[in-house]
Amino acid sequence: MNKIANVLTVACLVVTPFTTQATPDQDLKEFRDYYFKKFPDVPKDDFINGVYSIDPASREQWEAFEEFPSYEIFVEKGEDLFNKKFANGKGFADCFPNYKKGIRQNYPYFDTKTDKVVTLESAINKCLSDNGEKPYKWKTGNIAYVSAYLAYQSRGNKINIKVPNDPQALAAYNRGKKHFYAKRGQLNMACADCHYHYAGSKIRADILSPALGHPTGFPVYRNKWAGASAKGDGMGTLHRRYGGCNKQVRAKPYKPQSDEYKALEYFHTYMSNGLEVNGPSQRK
Amino acid sequence: MAKSIKLRAKAKGDVATVKALISHPMETGLRKDKKTGKPIPAEFIQEVVCESAGKTVLSAQWGSAISKNPFISFKFSGAKSGDSIKVSWVDNKGNSDSLEGKIK
Amino acid sequence: MNHNRRVLLKGSLAAGAVGAAVGAGLLTPKAVMAAWAKDAFEAKEVNAAMTGAMGSADATASDKIKLKAPDIAENGAVVPITVTSNIDGTTNMSILVANNNTPLTSTYELGPTTEAYISTRVKMGKTSDVIAVVKAGGKLYSAKKEVKVTIGGCGG
Repeated sequence: MNKIANVLTVACLVVTPFTTQATPDQDLKEFRDYYFKKFPDVPKDDFINGVYSIDPASREQWEAFEEFPSYEIFVEKGEDLFNKKFANGKGFADCFPNYKKGIRQNYPYFDTKTDKVVTLESAINKCLSDNGEKPYKWKTGNIAYVSAYLAYQSRGNKINIKVPNDPQALAAYNRGKKHFYAKRGQLNMACADCHYHYAGSKIRADILSPALGHPTGFPVYRNKWAGASAKGDGMGTLHRRYGGCNKQVRAKPYKPQSDEYKALEYFHTYMSNGLEVNGPSQRK
Repeated sequence: MAKSIKLRAKAKGDVATVKALISHPMETGLRKDKKTGKPIPAEFIQEVVCESAGKTVLSAQWGSAISKNPFISFKFSGAKSGDSIKVSWVDNKGNSDSLEGKIK
Repeated sequence: MNHNRRVLLKGSLAAGAVGAAVGAGLLTPKAVMAAWAKDAFEAKEVNAAMTGAMGSADATASDKIKLKAPDIAENGAVVPITVTSNIDGTTNMSILVANNNTPLTSTYELGPTTEAYISTRVKMGKTSDVIAVVKAGGKLYSAKKEVKVTIGGCGG
C-alpha cells in the first residue's frame, strides 16, 4: 500500500503535459523521449513488446510461447471469417481493399465527415452492417479474430495515426489525452500513474508496462483471459482491456467502442506513431 | 471444419524438429462454471502419437495438467525433407483428430 | 524396439477411447499403446505417479538432464517446460509437478531415432518443484527445478 501512496504523492507534484496545451506532435516527442530516457537499454523499436522489452525473465517465457503462439489459431479463424462471402455476394475485402498490404497502422483515424473517431473494430462492424450482416459483439470472439487477421497482415508497418488540423479531431485527441492522465476510481489512479510514472516498477508480482508501444500488439491473446472460463479463448480487443484496467482501479468501465474509449485509443495509438505493428500478440 | 492441429516440421541435416499446436480445451473436470455453479466436465487429450515414414516417432500420454491449446515439440533423426509426418490425438471423451503433412 | 513395452496398470482399461480411434483408422495397430495410465495420472503422490508411469519411484538425480523452466511462472496455467536428456539410451521421459493434486502431467515413449527432448506447456496449481524423470538402459534418472507461481497485481 505504501507504493500506491507514493504514486499518488508523486503524481500530484508532477505537472501534467495536459495543462500546457501542446500539439500532438509535441506530445509525441515528449512521450517518446520520456521512455527512451527511462529505459536507455531498450532498443527503441522493442517497446512494441511491452513488458517483455524491459524484463528479461518474462521475456524468456514469452519467447518460448512465440515458438508457436496460441494466437495463430485465431488468426486462422479470422482469415476464414474474412474470406467468407456475405449474403449479398460481397465480402470484407470490399471494405478493406488494401488489407494484403496491411491497414492496421492507419487505425484509428478521424472521419471529418461524421466527426467521429473510427477504430478498426468499428470499421469491421460497419462493413457487416452496411452489407446487411449482423455485426459482431465488441470485446471477444469474431471481432477479435478478424481484427487479429488484419493486424497480422499489417505486421511490420509503422503506426501512422493522423490528427488533422480540425477542431473536432483535436478535441477527440485531447479527450483521449485527458483520460490517460486523469485519476479515476476508488483507487484514484490514472493510466499514467502505472504506465507512465511507474512503468517498469512492480505492482505486487507484476511489472508495469510502458504505454509507449501499448496498442501495436492488439488484439491480444492473454493467458489470463484464456484461463478465465471454459469458453474464454484468450483473445480480446483493446477496449476489452481498457474496461479491465478501469475496473482494476475500481472505476466504472465505459462501454467498448464508446466515444470515451475511442478517444483514448486515438491518443494512445498516436503516442506509438513510428513503431511497428506486431499484432496479434501474446501477453500474461 | 478446420483441423484442430497446426503442424510445423522442418529437417536440418537429418534431424527433423516437429512442433504442434492443438486447439483443445484440456479441461480438468475440477472447475465449476462461474455462472451456473455446475462442474465443467473433464475434456482433455490423453494420447498423442506421431508417425513419420511409417514409423512411430513419439507416443505420449497426457493428463489434464497439460495446458489448454497444448503445444508439443520434439526431434528425431533419420528424417529428410519430403518425408511424411502425421500427428494424431485422442481425448477422454473419445474425440480424436489427426493431421498429415510433409517435413519441409 | 518394442513400442508397446509399458507398465500395464491395475484398474479398468480405457479401451473405449483407444478402440474408437483404432476403428477410425487413426491409430494404426502398430502405434496402439497400452491404455491410458489412469492410476499414474490419478496418483496424488509423486512416488505413486512415478511408479505408475515409469515402473518405479527409484530415480537417481542426474545433472545430465537439462530441465528448462522459468524461475517465476508468468501464469501458472501455461508454464513452458523443456526437458533434454543427455543420458545415452533414453527411452522414456515423464514430467511431474510435485505440488499439483495429481503430479503426473505427461509421459513420453521415444521412437528409436527420436531425441531425448520434449518441450511443452503445463499447468501448475502453486509454487512447486517440476520433476523430469527419464528411463535409460532400464534405470531411472531425475532432475528437478522449483518454479514459483505468484498472484500478479494486474495481470492475473
